[in-house]
Amino acid sequence: MRESYPARWSRPPQIVTDRRLRIALQLGAAIYLLLAFGTIEVDWQRVAVGMERGQRFVAGFLQPDFVSRWNDILRGLIESLTMTLTSTILGVALSVPIAIGAARNLAPRPVYYVCRSIIAVSRSLQEIIIAIFLVAMFGFGPFAGFLTLSFATIGFLGKLLADDIEEIDARQAEAVRATGASWGQLVNYAVQPQVMPRLIGLSLYRLDINFRESAVIGIVGAGGIGATLNTAIDRYEYDSAGAILLIIIGVVMLAEYGSSYLRKFLQ
Amino acid sequence: MSEIDHYSQVWTHRTPRARLFLWAFWVALAALAVWCWQIMTANTIWAFVWDAPRQAADIGSRMLPPRLSYLPELMGPLWDTINIATLGTIGGVIMAVPVAFMAARNTSPAPVILRPIALFIIVASRSINSLIWALLLVAIIGPGLLAGIVAIALRSIGFVGKLLYEAIEETDRRQIEAIEATGASGAQVLSYGIVPQILPAFWGISVFRWDINIRESTILGLVGAGGIGIKLSASMNTLAWSQVTVILLLILATVIVSEWISAKVRKALI
Repeated sequence: MRESYPARWSRPPQIVTDRRLRIALQLGAAIYLLLAFGTIEVDWQRVAVGMERGQRFVAGFLQPDFVSRWNDILRGLIESLTMTLTSTILGVALSVPIAIGAARNLAPRPVYYVCRSIIAVSRSLQEIIIAIFLVAMFGFGPFAGFLTLSFATIGFLGKLLADDIEEIDARQAEAVRATGASWGQLVNYAVQPQVMPRLIGLSLYRLDINFRESAVIGIVGAGGIGATLNTAIDRYEYDSAGAILLIIIGVVMLAEYGSSYLRKFLQ
Repeated sequence: MSEIDHYSQVWTHRTPRARLFLWAFWVALAALAVWCWQIMTANTIWAFVWDAPRQAADIGSRMLPPRLSYLPELMGPLWDTINIATLGTIGGVIMAVPVAFMAARNTSPAPVILRPIALFIIVASRSINSLIWALLLVAIIGPGLLAGIVAIALRSIGFVGKLLYEAIEETDRRQIEAIEATGASGAQVLSYGIVPQILPAFWGISVFRWDINIRESTILGLVGAGGIGIKLSASMNTLAWSQVTVILLLILATVIVSEWISAKVRKALI
């Protein structure tokens, strides 16, 4: 019996079983990496000059200056927070019907395709690109940002919620249907109770993401704290920039802990 | 009659208290939303908003037809974009691995001191978008590919680190114990007990992040960090909307291809 155990450890099987293909893949990866490294052009003098700025940034991050630009920071923060909340609410409100429409087990075929394509468009365009277009249409300011984030929320929430609705326990839906329930009653009594916890969790998660994104779209003029940050960096005020970044990190941490607490409370 | 009286209670969906609570919650949420809306739109110029459909139609008419002859010029920046994403992912993963081992409860060398530091690195990296990293790095090391690569790498640490440390915490304790029982050293436990268990997750996470990074690196050029975004911002600054269409279509195609590759690779791994 003892002899049946191997005495030496041997290497587990590889994913690519053909040895030649494996070597070719490894060689190809190595050549690609060499070529890719070759494309980086580094102006070392510029980097040397920049290092001093880098040190100033790190110093600014360690000794953030909340005071001298406080009014700008506060305005940006309020814009970001209001934008985040309103856009999440509108986004969730719009994405629920779209998610129901994009669930194969609830919607007829044409509706399903329309809703899925709305979700696909919203997901494949980045927030920043949408923001550029919306700023061009609606003018600078948080209104364009609000629309951008709402639109991005539809893609995110719509997809995850639709996938969730498709995965519900079909037996419960069947039981409700067997009582002669209408489509509306089916959604209300069979689907909604099953996906509600997930909808709440996803909405809170999206709130968190929307705040983070609101810090970015300000760079292209869509309002929020990103605009303040952009100005601070352009003016080399690294201590103010450090303060803004710390505020962003703080709010995101707060949102994360808050949402996990809230989710626990609701369950 | 008396028998029926027994069933006189009407079924309700929720208890009265839950209904009251829910009602109060919705009113509060609506009030909060209205209040936020008023603060947010205080400085909105509504004339621009009402004018938006006309603007949209105008931009739309300028965007079509796409100027396809612009496509060859985009191949260089596209190659740069892919390189930014790939090299940035590699750099990010290299930095994320030690952070993940420090952050995982079961492998952290000093749970009291190092673990909070590692968790802070993860949160900081995740809460700052790659575009903001790029903005900072362009100011520090100058415009170009390097700023983009470093931005993507710094941004990836948090994502890879978080998912990886969760994978490390979920490793099967019994396998590690079995290796410990043979008298293996710490390094041996790591390489024979933990690494084989997290390797599939590691590759899956890395490829997933690469796919996200392709998407993010397409816009880094807007702040001067190289790639196809530079062409995008140049075309927009010159109001060459028909070129913008071509760039957006190319970005879309790249994102779809990278998503397909990443899905294929992850399916092969798991």
